[in-house]
Amino acid sequence: MKPLDSPTQTSSYTVIMPAPDDFDFWRETARGLVQCGVSPDRIAWSEPGGAGDLFSGSGGDFPVPPANAPPPRASKRFLQVARNAALHSDPGRFALLYRLLWRLQSNPRLMEDKADDDVRRIEELDKNVRRDSHKMHAFVRFRLVEVNEPGAAQSEDHYVAWFEPDHHIVRANAGFFMRRFANMKWSILTPRGCLHWDGEIMREGPPAQRSDAPGDDPVEDLWRKYYASTFNPARLKIGAMLKEMPRRYWKNMPETALIPELIAGAQAREAKMVTAGEQDFGERPETLAAVDRAIHACRRCPIGELDNHAVMGEGPADAALMIVGEQPGDQEDLSGKPFVGPAGQLLDTHLQRAGIDRGAAYVTNTVKHFKYVMRGKRRLHQSPTAKEIDICRWWIESERALVKPKLVLALGASAARGMLGKTVSISRARGTPHPLEDGSELWITAHPSYLLRLEGDAQQEQTRLFEADLAAVRERLAELTA
Amino acid sequence: MSQLTTIEKLEILADAAKYDASCASSGTAKKSSLGGPKGRGGIGSTEGMGICHAYAPDGRCISLLKVLLTNHCIFDCHYCINRKSSNVRRARFTPQEVADLTLSFYRRNYIEGLFLSSGIIKSSNHTMEQLIEAARILREEHDFRGYIHLKTIPEADPELVHQAGLYADRVSINVELPTDAGLTRLAPDKNARQIEGAMKGVKSSIIEAKDAKKHFKHAPRFAPAGQSTQMIVGADSANDADIVGKASVLYGSFGLRRVYYSAFSPIPDASAVLPLKRPPLIREHRLYQSDWLMRFYGYSSGEVMAATGADGMLPLDIDPKLAWALKFRETFPLDVNRAPREMLLRVPGLGVTAVNRIIAARRHRVLRLEDIGKLTVSIAKVRPFICALDWRPTALTDRADLRKMLAPKQEQLELFAA
Repeated sequence: MKPLDSPTQTSSYTVIMPAPDDFDFWRETARGLVQCGVSPDRIAWSEPGGAGDLFSGSGGDFPVPPANAPPPRASKRFLQVARNAALHSDPGRFALLYRLLWRLQSNPRLMEDKADDDVRRIEELDKNVRRDSHKMHAFVRFRLVEVNEPGAAQSEDHYVAWFEPDHHIVRANAGFFMRRFANMKWSILTPRGCLHWDGEIMREGPPAQRSDAPGDDPVEDLWRKYYASTFNPARLKIGAMLKEMPRRYWKNMPETALIPELIAGAQAREAKMVTAGEQDFGERPETLAAVDRAIHACRRCPIGELDNHAVMGEGPADAALMIVGEQPGDQEDLSGKPFVGPAGQLLDTHLQRAGIDRGAAYVTNTVKHFKYVMRGKRRLHQSPTAKEIDICRWWIESERALVKPKLVLALGASAARGMLGKTVSISRARGTPHPLEDGSELWITAHPSYLLRLEGDAQQEQTRLFEADLAAVRERLAELTA
Repeated sequence: MSQLTTIEKLEILADAAKYDASCASSGTAKKSSLGGPKGRGGIGSTEGMGICHAYAPDGRCISLLKVLLTNHCIFDCHYCINRKSSNVRRARFTPQEVADLTLSFYRRNYIEGLFLSSGIIKSSNHTMEQLIEAARILREEHDFRGYIHLKTIPEADPELVHQAGLYADRVSINVELPTDAGLTRLAPDKNARQIEGAMKGVKSSIIEAKDAKKHFKHAPRFAPAGQSTQMIVGADSANDADIVGKASVLYGSFGLRRVYYSAFSPIPDASAVLPLKRPPLIREHRLYQSDWLMRFYGYSSGEVMAATGADGMLPLDIDPKLAWALKFRETFPLDVNRAPREMLLRVPGLGVTAVNRIIAARRHRVLRLEDIGKLTVSIAKVRPFICALDWRPTALTDRADLRKMLAPKQEQLELFAA
């Protein structure tokens, strides 16, 4: 027996809602109407200010449910989605809710039938409202106003926001903002009503206008700078942005004014990033003479712009040993030859002592130009940066490709970086061979100018290590050339 | 050099931080700013679901203030814009400045909280102490209850890492590269074993804190949103199968909440060891899709790897689920009125929501193709793989050109391809 299947009442009713988001009122009214068996087609639901149904009876006089009428049934899922759907701006929402409630009396599991049109519609309304609430949590932007109450010792901070929701969600979201900004004094103004929190009590206010909200906040400059900086121009995905942040929200968000220029500049910025990393040297030079000519013209890093000359490597073009230093110094720059200054002389002494013939080795530098700063009339040596070394690698590699040494001896950290492309610690890298890609071996030791800077015990210790390295190189070279 | 202003520092340090993909603020413990020891309440809340407060034109969500404390660094990792040998402008915030900036953004509802990372200055321990100090100022001096994500430094003292977890909602340590060889080559100062050791330490702290919470109401929380990590894709030669394998090991051994993939993007002042060309962005997307398959669709890492081609790469033109279905066609068609949930999840075009709907709806009616159309986004993709009351795909499932029929048009995939 299902007594409510057939309507027992035949009159029509208009229900005028006291507020567009008053779910509790709807629920109370709907319960009574279901108990009286008023079918959905006999009720018109009207919002305040909305047009009532002219052909229905007057509102207010509802039938009294019989005392023995069973309470209406509704599934948990229905109440869950109905509470949200009631906040939707669709004028048909209350009629939809009532129709579903009516149908639930004979089919309590109706909400599980996701292919039913009414069920799909209420789920859709619920989803729209949840999304609108979520966007409100996300896109409300407060601006700081300092309020000077007469008589108060100091000004009080008041945060005010202007927001335009799509649905009647303002009151329903008061709790969220209260939980989030408990110790702040804030107001959210919207065309659907306002919220005011003073740190203790929440008040509701009538609808407001955009002009009621403050027009600016200096912190927005910082925020815009952050927005522009955190954006990666190498990855432009405008569709993904628009899907989550539709244009209709943009007008009340300070950062969105930047979007057009960020997009317009993105490809140019990415191209700049790539070209900044790239050094297009073209084809490798085919002879050492060609390298010599090219390095004199090289201006790919700022060192080339200084008043100096490129210094080319020196030695047999088929040497088995290649000795690589850091960069030419003052005297090398003037003479145009590598390792002729104080460090070069020290190197010669040690090579002799170790039994290595400098004349049989190809001696060159990692960086081709002398880098210096002026101190009075003197040009003072400056170490090249890692970036400068990396750019200049092209030349040392071109020389290595032509000379094809069996063993490369790198003097100092700059030379080691020039050969390996990464920074290594001399103390850890010395004393063992490092295989290079073309099958030759790299040995690393300190730069002789380092020995010149040391004094006393430290100098003795480092000299001993340097000599040991050279001795090992001589032995290894003998094996390789045997 | 003249002193940088806050806005200049923010520009440099936000720019330097943007190569970290994660901006998530979800999955942490519920916190409200109402009430509390000081009576008047604090500032900030977290309610489980993260909120994206804005979206940048790169399609990424902006949920947290993501900055570095400093971009000075004593390390020299090739893929990193902040490495020692890079020529970028350098700047440095004090912990106090970061805390102030976080609060002034948070009070205006720009953000959910802070994601703080840093270049290594002086020593790993010193850097870690500075990061913790910023979190401490927020939590203790300002009663900030919003989200904090701290990047931890694997080389730092485990005691400091532990302290970070007490203030933060989430901690993360980047594994950086999918293979040890790649790490040795591109990040010479880092050590894979050390990174794993630190992740293991964080994992056990999380488990201990959860366990303590069960017994004592006021036991301190430790990183309630868990730990995550990031891998750079396309800077070394690791293929998708390597990456998926590594991710599955990370999920399994360290209880990670998320593994992020960041397509290597050309950085200004790049090191000579790196490729200049970026990997296609879509590759990163395919990896995330495979990640989803493992986390929500019940695929094992082996099954995802089976969807890769002979070169170990996932196809770029179709998603990994479709690739798997095309490779294992004998599994289909599935009857939507009978097939179990875990099998329906394997139908290309059916997501978790659609499968739940189908299972709820089929208790009420025998489903026709039309019903399935109402429950899913697009029936065209689903049709070859299912049977319904009035539908059998017959020869469709076995057609040789099925892949071509289902693959989206190439230009729709990547509008702004390089």
